[in-house]
Amino acid sequence: MEILMAFVIGILFMCATYLMLSKSLLRIIVGTGLLSHGAHLLILTMGSLKRGAVPLLGENASSYTDPIPQALILTAIVISFGVTAFFLVLAYRAYQELGTDNMDKMRGNKGND
Amino acid sequence: MINFLLLPILIPLMTGVLLIFFPKHIKWQRWIAGILSFITIIVSMMLVQKVKTDGIQTLNVSSWDAPFGITLVSDMLSALLVLTTSIVAFTCLLFSFRGIGEEREKFYYYPCCSFLIVGVNGAFTTGDIFNLFVFFEVMLMASYALIVLGGTKIQLRETIKYLLVNVISSALFVITVAYLYSVVGTLNMAHISERISKVGQPGIITVIAILFLIVFGLKGAIFPLFFWLPGSYYAPPVPVMALFGALLTKVGVYSIMRTYTLFFYHDTGYTHQILAILAILSIIFGVIGAIAYWDIKKIVIYNIIIAVGAILFGVSAMTPDALTGSVFYLIHDMLIKAALFLLAGVMIAITGTSNLKDISGLIKRYPGLAWTFFVSALALAGIPPLSGFVGKLLIIKGGFEAEQYWGAAIVLMSSLLILFSIMKIFINGFWGTPRAYEGEEKVPVRTLMIAPVVLVMISVFYGVGSEVIFPYVSQATETLLNPEIYIEAVLKER
Repeated sequence: MEILMAFVIGILFMCATYLMLSKSLLRIIVGTGLLSHGAHLLILTMGSLKRGAVPLLGENASSYTDPIPQALILTAIVISFGVTAFFLVLAYRAYQELGTDNMDKMRGNKGND
Repeated sequence: MINFLLLPILIPLMTGVLLIFFPKHIKWQRWIAGILSFITIIVSMMLVQKVKTDGIQTLNVSSWDAPFGITLVSDMLSALLVLTTSIVAFTCLLFSFRGIGEEREKFYYYPCCSFLIVGVNGAFTTGDIFNLFVFFEVMLMASYALIVLGGTKIQLRETIKYLLVNVISSALFVITVAYLYSVVGTLNMAHISERISKVGQPGIITVIAILFLIVFGLKGAIFPLFFWLPGSYYAPPVPVMALFGALLTKVGVYSIMRTYTLFFYHDTGYTHQILAILAILSIIFGVIGAIAYWDIKKIVIYNIIIAVGAILFGVSAMTPDALTGSVFYLIHDMLIKAALFLLAGVMIAITGTSNLKDISGLIKRYPGLAWTFFVSALALAGIPPLSGFVGKLLIIKGGFEAEQYWGAAIVLMSSLLILFSIMKIFINGFWGTPRAYEGEEKVPVRTLMIAPVVLVMISVFYGVGSEVIFPYVSQATETLLNPEIYIEAVLKER
């Protein structure tokens, strides 16, 4: 199961890298979304995918799944959610002010050298 | 006083929360931010003294025992860095009162500054690798807000790049923590170190070590990963730039220092060799940038990269002298970079430009500014009685002891070129025929100068009184050299 997950995560990282290297700002933001999905799935996988009950003591099971990676993911998800929201608004503002979403046109040395 | 080491994190946090409620009352914002940040300095001084007398301070949050809960650890290195951070934050706030402009102050400038300090102080104090990630994000989130606050075109453009680079490095950090967790099965730094030393250092740990180098190198701007820094740090207004230049990259440097002395000290032939090469290359490329530009801000920005290289070269040598030098130089560099950025800010405020070719003869009208700048330039280059000297001397000595002759020689020669790059500002900006600048009468030079003068005075004391400071620094180095001290302090119950 971990092997399969590793391949899926690898493909997610591949798509993320490809999208982040493109010119359009929105494609880049989609890329960061995929990157964070990959990272979160990786934490889950690296905590190993043994069979066991959900980590609720009411289940009275003999073994539970590892609760730590789930807590880590929850933290990482809200953080990347906040950052992505900020990034999207920033992209919107930048589109309004600079009039382009093309990263090549945001280069320019005006006021920058 | 068991929760004492929380105070440098808690006070700025409370300040930030409090200041959110009345954004339009600028006077109150200034007073509260200023006073509470001064209290933070006093508290961190007491913390340094506490660590000095009683050894490493640890706090198990909510009383969960060490490897299971989050542990906050304040050894001498982090206590000293927290103190330096508080000083830099206070002086940057002092500068902001007159230097940032009311329209920015009305839109949550001071809360953002406070949250930035929360992140930095937390990152220095935490003893848990995932908690370090969270504090990194606190710091970065505040820095995104600060860098874009004001919304000019250049700020918007550079924030996009800064944000993208940091999103990628944060994702890499999460990935690296996931790998590390799958190998050692714990997140507490002392416990990780113990488990790694139990299995020796197999190949996978070395891979993780290099991944950490990439992650923290992206934050701390080392050689192939510094590409984002010159553009991004150019965009924000000067006090923000001073906060960033003094604090943000140094958190990355501290994290490299911590992980490479606490976790990955078993296979130094490979990991530390790479660190040494990258450090030397950062120095070389930083020097090239510092010499090439005719822009005050750019010259100081490239000097950040040189300093990061010098500190990490000391870390890579792993001898007692080199590590002592690194700690000395790290603290010196935080103080002096803040001072230089603020002085550059005063020059820009007076002249309205940062291009050296449009400035000359400032010494006639502003001798105080000129001589303060001169002293800080000499301190940056490491002229003996001043603060940069001891650190660099020890780094070079340690480099020679570790038989890294080339590296040490390059660190030595870089000082000359740093001096050249910074004297270029002095000679072209302050000497020559005086010019009249538009609107220079309106600039409150005297009040703006308070913050940089305070910083330069502290750094002069730091250089002249290095005998007084040496016991503190050597206590910090002791922990870096013997991870057992750290582990024992954290996992003492078992």
